[in-house]
Amino acid sequence: MSVLEVRFVGDGDALEHIVDKQEGLRTNNSVQRLVALKRTAERNGRVEDDDDDDDEVLSEQHYVQALGTDETEGEECVSAVGGASVFTFQKVKRSNRMALTASELARTPARSVSFSTNPDTDNDDRKHNRSNNRTPKKGKKRQFVSTTPHRLSKRLSAPSLRSDSDSELSPSDSEEDEEEKHDDESVKQARTPSKTTATALYKTPAKKNKAGPEPPPQASLVEEYFEAHCSSKVLTSDRTLQRLHTPKLDRDTLFRLLEEKPSCYSSEIEVLHSSYHEHFSKWMLQLRLGYSVLLYGLGSKKALLEEFRVSMLCQETHLVVNGFFPSITLKSILTALSAEVLEYQGTFRNPADQLQYITTTLRERESPDLHVYLLIHNIDGPMLRGEKTQNALGQLASLPNLHLVASIDHINAPLVWDQSLLSQFNWLWWECVCFQRYIEETSYENSLLVQQTGALALSSLTHVLRSLTANARGIFKLLVEFQLENRDNPSYTGLSFQEFYQRCREAFLVNSDLTLRTQLTEFRDHKLIRTRKGADGVEYLLVAVETSTLTDFLEKEEVE
Amino acid sequence: MSTSSVSKGCFVFKPSAKKRKPSPTVEDYFTHGSENMENSRLRFRTCQSLWEKMKTDTELLQEELNRKVLDSLLEFIRKSSSSFQRGTDDWRSRMRAHEIPTAALVLGVNVPDHDMTFQSLSEQLQLSVSPFVVSLQAKECAALKNLIQKVLERLMGAGVWVNDEDQCEPEQGSTSVNLKRVHCSLKTLHDWYKTVTEKTYTSTPGEKRTSIGINVQQHPPIVVIFKDLEVFSPKVLQDFIIICSRYIEQLPLIFVFGIATAPSVIQHTLPHSVSSLLGIELFQSLSCTQHLATVIDQVILTSEFPFKLSGKVLQVLVSIFLYHDFSVRNFIKGLQLALLEHFHSQPLSVLCCRKQEALGHISKLSHQDVERIQQLPSFMRYVEQQGPQDQVELLTNDDHVKEVCVKLLIDLHKYHKNYYPILRCLHVLTSSLPKYPLGKQARKLHISCLEKNVWDNEEYASAMTLLRMMAKEELVSLLQKCSVILKPGKTKKMRAVLLRLDDLITRFTKADSVAETAAEEDITSPGKGLQKKTNLFQLQKSLLEMKESRRTKKMSQFEILRDEVLEFFDSLVRCHLAPPESQPLYEVCYYSSSAVLRRHLNATPRTSIQTALSNPYHYLKNESLRTEDGTFSSAAPDICIVYKLHLECGRLINLYDWLEAYATVVSAAEGKDPESADYGKVDELKHARFIQAVSELEFLGFIKSTKQKTDHVSRLTWGGC
Repeated sequence: MSVLEVRFVGDGDALEHIVDKQEGLRTNNSVQRLVALKRTAERNGRVEDDDDDDDEVLSEQHYVQALGTDETEGEECVSAVGGASVFTFQKVKRSNRMALTASELARTPARSVSFSTNPDTDNDDRKHNRSNNRTPKKGKKRQFVSTTPHRLSKRLSAPSLRSDSDSELSPSDSEEDEEEKHDDESVKQARTPSKTTATALYKTPAKKNKAGPEPPPQASLVEEYFEAHCSSKVLTSDRTLQRLHTPKLDRDTLFRLLEEKPSCYSSEIEVLHSSYHEHFSKWMLQLRLGYSVLLYGLGSKKALLEEFRVSMLCQETHLVVNGFFPSITLKSILTALSAEVLEYQGTFRNPADQLQYITTTLRERESPDLHVYLLIHNIDGPMLRGEKTQNALGQLASLPNLHLVASIDHINAPLVWDQSLLSQFNWLWWECVCFQRYIEETSYENSLLVQQTGALALSSLTHVLRSLTANARGIFKLLVEFQLENRDNPSYTGLSFQEFYQRCREAFLVNSDLTLRTQLTEFRDHKLIRTRKGADGVEYLLVAVETSTLTDFLEKEEVE
Repeated sequence: MSTSSVSKGCFVFKPSAKKRKPSPTVEDYFTHGSENMENSRLRFRTCQSLWEKMKTDTELLQEELNRKVLDSLLEFIRKSSSSFQRGTDDWRSRMRAHEIPTAALVLGVNVPDHDMTFQSLSEQLQLSVSPFVVSLQAKECAALKNLIQKVLERLMGAGVWVNDEDQCEPEQGSTSVNLKRVHCSLKTLHDWYKTVTEKTYTSTPGEKRTSIGINVQQHPPIVVIFKDLEVFSPKVLQDFIIICSRYIEQLPLIFVFGIATAPSVIQHTLPHSVSSLLGIELFQSLSCTQHLATVIDQVILTSEFPFKLSGKVLQVLVSIFLYHDFSVRNFIKGLQLALLEHFHSQPLSVLCCRKQEALGHISKLSHQDVERIQQLPSFMRYVEQQGPQDQVELLTNDDHVKEVCVKLLIDLHKYHKNYYPILRCLHVLTSSLPKYPLGKQARKLHISCLEKNVWDNEEYASAMTLLRMMAKEELVSLLQKCSVILKPGKTKKMRAVLLRLDDLITRFTKADSVAETAAEEDITSPGKGLQKKTNLFQLQKSLLEMKESRRTKKMSQFEILRDEVLEFFDSLVRCHLAPPESQPLYEVCYYSSSAVLRRHLNATPRTSIQTALSNPYHYLKNESLRTEDGTFSSAAPDICIVYKLHLECGRLINLYDWLEAYATVVSAAEGKDPESADYGKVDELKHARFIQAVSELEFLGFIKSTKQKTDHVSRLTWGGC
């Protein structure tokens, strides 16, 4: 529990704290407010969430009791996390917290680290310098954005820290030095919070003296909430990945590197894995009794399901669907069912008809004992999330001789289903925490990483161009160069067709308006360029590829 | 064949026809891995037969419960269709000509249960009112075109089916198919309706009558059921209603709206101009809580089914019902799962069947099974209570154990036979008390009886004191109800109890006359004393005396009797409502692992993921991950470290900072010297691992990429631990 104390300190007292005097700046305010945050019996690192969530915890307990889960049975692995800690409000976070936590974690390598501060029990002794008796590391427990102007905060807090005799001010590690350097760089920005030391200072003088041992928990929760939402601005440092010494990684290097590094805790993961193997026949039993099996839990469950498939389903007709596949559609699933499983050669007007056909045929064929097993990796995949798709899958799952096994990974996946869908699916949930890397699931185009490389776009660019004439290549290069010249121009909308034509003529690339248009069609078909009608009705041409990729492309061209 | 590809997402596998062995049956999966095949086959069959019985029972029950509302609905439909029959000369019907008779059926939020109701509704309609019943679901009717197509398809299909007995079936079939393909409008429907009704009425009236029943009139109504009105797009619905109202003079259309929320939804979806075209009548179905209460009453609070739920399991099922879905169907699904789990996991559940069968099964028990019995805690407790000679016998002699088991099983069945009537009696007595000290519903009382001795509860004591203050009429009527409950009891004990109760009731009525005279005396005597003139002091004195005398007054006969009755009930409760744990061999019948049930039915996937991320030791039992509460090991898997670090950020996360922080932690975990130059440096491998971990977090939905700032991602959750 945090106890917040605000004291009004007279000028004289304040002066005592400000040891390192900076002349001429000191005494503008007649009263300095020093605020200290005190945590008695600080529990742990889950600070920011539940320091004052007692109420919620309590009501949650009621609920849990009502569900009859309060008493843990031997076999039960009640997770340590309650709803109150999973679903909380946004809190104010400071940009340097991550670095601090990292150094905190790093301080005791490969051992458990506690984030907890020393319980501040001897309040009376510290009354004088309560505000500053923490090193920055310790003071990070509760963070508020300081709107104190940068200079002022520096003046206030940095010196006083040094005065603090009992502080554990360790020689600041490289992390902090760099932070400070960075501060100096960006000192022009008034809003940049001082990274190192201003943590103990609060923005709100409105925080009235809560002298009582317990501040009303609700009030501070509310205040924190509004504090977090008061401005839409988010303060983060401006550093970018460009500062990295390591070159950008492309996909192949990434895979190579990851393969070199063996997965840690493989023996433990193996133990988990084999424990799930024992459930296979039970899954089959439940599937045959009309339930669907749904696996959840951290880690890729693809390997597990694959083993299940190989060991239990090799004698059965089954269909595997990769829900994480970026271009999977309902139609492809239904077609696989109708054309390959049911061997129907005709076509369908729409998915509804196709579904109708599949349901009726499967029902008819129930008697000669046709069982179809449908295995969906990531039924919550981005392409399967839609209501229509889920409805169709639900209808399939409710068929008595179609058995569905699926896995989910997204944290909000259960929101996809409403009550009636849930009853169609008739899920039985199985917790399978595999701790395996989602290598295949994250290997497709849309992941974060690909945005950083753009390798695929580049290769498609070169491939298309290689098949064109030299003139066409020249035309394209011209457009690219023009676009790169204008890369810093935010109002750049593209090269107008007339101007482009002029330039191409000057470079002896085309001889008529028509030739240029023919060439452009080629690019447009490959989605390399986009045209846009401007306000004046003139056509503007734009290369629809990222700037960095274009630069790479030009470099490559030059080499050749 | 591999199931990963960059160009394909669906992979079909078919077993080759040659190698194909007969695929295993459900039973094979059930018996898989058990050492005693015979035993587990037996269990499977018992389980299946029990489930079949439960299923049919609950379905019957549901029909029974729906009967009332369905009957009134049918009555409404019949009435409105008969007004169409009488036709044009009826002035009132002409006034209502453009009004489509509509039944708004309010069914409650338990959507999964509705299917069954609609099914039985349309079956009954087809049986007794009209062969032309169409059920529509919103998801099939995205546009007006689809809606009309569906109506036509199903109706004309029905028409073909009805005419099966006629000779013109092929012709009829071909035309209907053509119509469907060519032209979907209500005009086609109208033409079709005319031909069908005329033909059936003129050509083969006799045959028609016999095949469908006397109830079918000349113009059977067309009933359109909208199963989920809320989901229909208002536009489609409005258009359809307007079109239908134009045809109402020629087509006897009747709508049924299935409503999950409140009847006002009709006003919300339809503007006045449209809703005025409907003549709406409201029908309310039974509330789902009542439904659940009856199901529990019939399936759980009965000695008919040998399979029982422990208190906690029942509580889990009831709470899922109350807190999550209000769906009786899901409750029954949970029951089925419990049944399956019990028979699958408990080898001794082979004894969980009817008494005669169970006694037969005992003789077939193997040595191993006997050992299992000996290890049952309840059996061990029983053994401890026996004399030393007996104890040795029970632990060594298999045959003796079997003999004892026969006795114990009979006792267990007797216990159940006595338990439920007494439970109901107690519930009857206490459910009318103010504030319901022992709960309003019988299931609550049942749960508290299952958990511990109910008479140790404070609530029980307070219920008893309240009962001690009850007036005579109330008490007698309650006792009479109890005696009704006890009537069908077959055991000796129950019959004795019934006799005693009847005796008490008669004594109550006899006591009437005696009590009256006594009461008269009581009233008259103090009255006399007050009549003469007194001063204030004397009055006070005499009043005090009266009070005194009342306190010490002898209890009236009624009061004595009342105490006797309650004592009697108290003794019954203590004798018969002991928790099942006290009965030897109760494990055979009771399924008690509530956690399994909850994990399969009411899982919390997000909690599981966050636990795995913030506390990997919970799953990976590696000592280097072991931490105290809330702390974190830097040796954790990459994704956990990345997750932990991201918790420290606000809405936006700087990837560079994140990477650096990650590198610091990882180098520490690798045991690098903090002073060395490349401590915390980002090398290729760390970069790669970081990228992988971040894209995994994105995959899980914790972050997403953003364009707000270069090299930033935005955070999507606020929880964390």
